Amino acid sequence: MPPEHKLELVCPAGSLPALKVAVDNGADCVYLGFRDDTNARNFTGLNFDTANAHTGVAYAHSKGAKAFLALNTYPKAIGGERWKKAIDQAVDLGMDAVILADPGLMQYAMKTHPGLHLHLSVQGSATNYEAINFYHEHFGIRRAVLPRVLSFAQVEELSRGTSVELELFGFGGLCVMVEGRCSLSSYVTGDSPNNCGVCSPPKAVRWQQTPMGMESRLNGVLIDRYADDENAGYPTLCKGRFEVEGETYYAMEEPTSLNTLALLPELLRIKVRGLKIEGRQRSPAYVEQVTRVWREAIDQCVKNPSNFDVMPAWTALLGKISEGQQQTLGAYNRPWK
Amino acid sequence: MKLALGPLLYYWPREKLQAFYEEIASTPLDIVYLGETVCSRRHVMRLPDWLEVAKMLAAAGKQVVLSSQALIESESDLKSMRRITENGDFAVEANDMGAVHRLEGRVPFIAGPYLNIYNPQTLNLIAALGAMRWVIPVEMSLQSLQPLLHARPAGIETEVFSFGRLPLAFSSRCFTARFHNLPKDDCRFLCLNDPDGKTMRTREGKPFLVINGTQTQSALVYNLIGDMDSMKNASVDVVRISPQSDHSAAIIRLFRDCIDQRVSREHAVQKITDMISQETCNGYWHGRPGMEQISLAGNMNKESR
Repeated sequence: MPPEHKLELVCPAGSLPALKVAVDNGADCVYLGFRDDTNARNFTGLNFDTANAHTGVAYAHSKGAKAFLALNTYPKAIGGERWKKAIDQAVDLGMDAVILADPGLMQYAMKTHPGLHLHLSVQGSATNYEAINFYHEHFGIRRAVLPRVLSFAQVEELSRGTSVELELFGFGGLCVMVEGRCSLSSYVTGDSPNNCGVCSPPKAVRWQQTPMGMESRLNGVLIDRYADDENAGYPTLCKGRFEVEGETYYAMEEPTSLNTLALLPELLRIKVRGLKIEGRQRSPAYVEQVTRVWREAIDQCVKNPSNFDVMPAWTALLGKISEGQQQTLGAYNRPWK
Repeated sequence: MKLALGPLLYYWPREKLQAFYEEIASTPLDIVYLGETVCSRRHVMRLPDWLEVAKMLAAAGKQVVLSSQALIESESDLKSMRRITENGDFAVEANDMGAVHRLEGRVPFIAGPYLNIYNPQTLNLIAALGAMRWVIPVEMSLQSLQPLLHARPAGIETEVFSFGRLPLAFSSRCFTARFHNLPKDDCRFLCLNDPDGKTMRTREGKPFLVINGTQTQSALVYNLIGDMDSMKNASVDVVRISPQSDHSAAIIRLFRDCIDQRVSREHAVQKITDMISQETCNGYWHGRPGMEQISLAGNMNKESR
């Protein structure tokens, strides 16, 4: 396969150990963020300072992998210099691309560092080729990461309307809302992915054992209550159980992970360029297992796309590390909608 | 400050909708946004029908804006969007960058609340592309807005979502269809039965969010009528009221009276509380979680949480 059509496996690196296991297990690219609100996984103990980032990029490059910097939150009016400085640092570090959501920041990057490759973040909410072509014409973006809301038929239709490379989410936590278009978290806690790089932040979470069961709360709001025989999950607020007209159920989405292994031959056919694994907040062990499974699956599929079968062992392994031990094709499979 | 009515976010039967806009024509609104922004399957009003309403409102002296859909997923969505951006008669509110792409450099447009304009650089950029007005993200506070207003490019107006259930999130999944155990493609348009959406409560019975098809809203009504002074001082140009099935005309008049200082803000806050059955919130404007209610004295009212 010529390099310009190669499907790249893009893996999460929340830390230096995660970056190394991703590269060692076959990631073509790793993506990482700095230790602040310039990226959408702004969690304590996660991400890279300059020294670590330097080591990480060098490690990736030494093994032939690329490194992308996630700068995918929206710069604030006050303190916006932090985002510009991060762009400059990305250039100094030799990052292969920066992943951006904010048009003003793209303009800065393009003017200041014309050689820097720009990718449109999923947080940019571009769900159609007119939007993607807007970013391409104004800022020369090379690649767009698509929100997890399009059916596969819609992705294929979109791919015909743009020359920009496409990157799709393949595995991991699933946003049921359009990324970049969700303020549920700031409604409850004040902090959202757009303004702070977090969703349902840990500092707002409280667990409490009550006579009615284990309760999980986000800034005081009851997100779910678990019976003794249920596994209590993290209170991501769109994945709680709520009551609508007397029925209590997962009103928005079950705790579940996206898994698109079964779609691999189709993704290759329409020349998707990047297959993104979610989970910078997850452990190096998670990154290692997911990377290994997807590396093997992509290699097998490239070799023989017409006879590609998802191996039960892959599904079983990914199932164990999935949210709620459940997996879905998400919006790619239209009935999910 | 001017007063605007945002696009109707719910799906109402045609007769109810037409009666609503006829009533609206006689209210002291300056601007009316029209069109379906939430779901492309909703069809009781096609573009020619909206244009009829637009003409009626324009004849009543309102500045009419056609709003484009927020989530554009398919070629058919793109076609509908282009029909709006190329209507030739009325200004357009762009609710996604695809619509901006069709409008830029061609006709002045309004940058809608879903474009994520959070800083002066992006505001400058969007103004240079031809935006005559922008609507701030709902989660933006007065404090975060101020630096943008100080540095704002000449000639661009600022609009703030100031009354109604907050449009908090979009999905491609229809939560109304999910409630009815129906696939979206066979939704039977049951959102027609929910003129203000369906309330989602926590397991201890507190109203939390509202399901409106593919959109998720706050269950509490965002209400900045007590904050008109701070808005005026910050030089906000336009106050947006979001249509609700009851009391919209009275609420519009009350906002006008409050802005023009014909009634005190204490009176206005009390009147709204008496009028609507839902609790209110205003946290976002005050830099707090959106669901909080900060009282006129500046205290957080814990009871409303």
